[in-house]
Amino acid sequence: MYELKNVTKRYEQSRRTITALDDVTLSIPDGQLVAIQGPTGGGKSTLLQMLGALERPTKGSVTLGTAELATLPDSALAGIRAREVGFVFQGFNLIPTLTAQENVETALEPLRLPSAQRRSRAAAALASVGLGDRASHRPAELSGGQQQRVAIARALVKEPDVLLADEPTGSLDEETRDEIMDLLEGIWRDRGLTLIVVTHDSAVAKRAQRRLHIKQGRLTEKK
Amino acid sequence: MFGTYLLRELTHRRKQTAIIAIGMALAIALVIIVNSVAAGVRDAQAGVLASVYGVGTDVTVSRAPEAPAQGDGQSGPPAFDFGAADGQAADGSTTLAQERLNAARGTATFDAAALDTVLGVDSVSAATATLALQNTSFSGQIPTRDAASTDGSAPAGPPAGGADGAGGSSFNVDSFTVEGIDVAGAAVGPLTAATLADGRTFTAADAGSDVVVLDSDYATSADLAVGGTLSIGGADFEIIGLVASGGSNSYIPLDVAQALSGLDGQVSSIYVQAGSSSDVPQVQADIEAALPDATVSTQADLAASVSGSLSTASGLVSNLGTWLSVLVLAAAILIAILFTISGVTRRTREFGTLKAIGWSNRRIVGQVAGESLVQGAIGGVLGVAAGLVGILVVNLVAPTLTASATAQQTAGFGGQRPGGFGGAGPQAAAATTDITLHAPVTAAVILIAVGLAILGGILAGAVGGWRAARLRPAEALRSAA
Repeated sequence: MYELKNVTKRYEQSRRTITALDDVTLSIPDGQLVAIQGPTGGGKSTLLQMLGALERPTKGSVTLGTAELATLPDSALAGIRAREVGFVFQGFNLIPTLTAQENVETALEPLRLPSAQRRSRAAAALASVGLGDRASHRPAELSGGQQQRVAIARALVKEPDVLLADEPTGSLDEETRDEIMDLLEGIWRDRGLTLIVVTHDSAVAKRAQRRLHIKQGRLTEKK
Repeated sequence: MFGTYLLRELTHRRKQTAIIAIGMALAIALVIIVNSVAAGVRDAQAGVLASVYGVGTDVTVSRAPEAPAQGDGQSGPPAFDFGAADGQAADGSTTLAQERLNAARGTATFDAAALDTVLGVDSVSAATATLALQNTSFSGQIPTRDAASTDGSAPAGPPAGGADGAGGSSFNVDSFTVEGIDVAGAAVGPLTAATLADGRTFTAADAGSDVVVLDSDYATSADLAVGGTLSIGGADFEIIGLVASGGSNSYIPLDVAQALSGLDGQVSSIYVQAGSSSDVPQVQADIEAALPDATVSTQADLAASVSGSLSTASGLVSNLGTWLSVLVLAAAILIAILFTISGVTRRTREFGTLKAIGWSNRRIVGQVAGESLVQGAIGGVLGVAAGLVGILVVNLVAPTLTASATAQQTAGFGGQRPGGFGGAGPQAAAATTDITLHAPVTAAVILIAVGLAILGGILAGAVGGWRAARLRPAEALRSAA
């Protein structure tokens, strides 16, 4: 469960102070599917990075379970990202030199699993997103939808409690978008994890149980 | 995962890997070749110095020659004076012959008591004195007085007598170097580095005897052998041995040399061995204080006296070669660092993603450093191979270098050429020796070269890793978005 209390995030940019999040208070129970919408530069990605232990707030507190993300050292935040949080990015962010299998295995590297276990779990994750037969392909040999599936497999292989998706369908056509969203929704439903999706796309947002809107750093709940 | 990722990155960026590895290989090959050639030149110099000064000589004591005084027969070229009744007349020709044994050109003699002074200096473990001489012989035929007019009037008949029977003359001047040495088996001295080729060397019993040990090259050129005799200063010396010395043409007991040359109680050089190499500067200073008129030279000074292409090669290797190696190595490391930084910048999103999925800074720095290290190691291996090929080529070509040493320090390095005029001055007293350069390969050089390559890789990896570690995951993802 996430608890954000009076979270403010400011950046210094070219001698200007930009307030990306402005006094945000939010609670997300475990197992919820949440969509975050808003205009570009409104603070969506900053909020997602705060939830993913990639950023610390300038002010306020961010709690995931019992961990206070605002005060933990870098190494502890890396540990939380390694075990509890999965990321899916708009640009897929696969490593171009590694195969699909190896890309998925990178998520298990911080867990220091034996290589055989790492391989079998990665293969199972790829199979679960329908790419069991594409394990040896490099990203350049896969379509956009397939690359995003590999990225989803990479996010899921460590069996996280939370899946954070930043515009997961932003680079995909409509048909593929629906396939990916069906896949994410299915995973959310089957595994009972918390799924938080940042999106511009109202069709994607409509699938969520809960819709949040953020503009100029201020968060509002959409009914 | 580490190995797979590393291998994939290096093979994916073949061009970058190749440029870094080739740059590093070039630098390492240069370091190996320059080091080996430098070692070869050092060995050659040591060989030259050992042949001239013997093994174990740390310091030599000599005296700078003075300008010849007016009418000083000892200091000028040897003079041959013949009276009207000299020579043997036969068949209208008069045969003349004289032999002189003088101090070698370009040397000066001094009181042998200096040896006792040197032996009294602290930290001197051994010392011996030598006397460098030059034996010059003159022989020829001139027409007898009956055969050639000496009063300026035209001869009554056609010219007769002389070397050609028609009133002509013929002269031959021959010279070789002679070094008087202590025959009691001194620990230092010119013969300590010599290899016995035939016969025997001196024993203490040879003192006062007319016995001579010849340089084997000189013996060959003069057609002399053990058991034969050689005229020195007008006396016949028994040849008791041949040595490959590279120094003087001949060696005789010091007391005999002093007596024959009329230089009783005089020496021209003292060879000194210090107790340890660290004592050499102090020994040099103490001797200079005790013998203010003497020229006191250390091995470093003696090395400077070696000239010729060996000296040029030494200068090239120590100056141009070393600086070239340093520059190329620095350039190779700089290229590796710049490419690594460029690679990290290009892979900002990749490292941001890895941090987002839980990779620690340490793991990412290790990955970057590992890649650089392997690139450096590939360069090191290629460089060692190229360096060994380069050394092989040097040794196959086996360039011949010439080495010269001036007579100021010794009786004439390499010996003066038989049949010459004994040198026309100090410069002519220098002789040359051909030395084939051999560049040795040592494990130490290889290890140093590989170490430098790895160090280059570590430096590049450290800089690249530092850049990667500084990336904040959110910023890395944001900048790549």
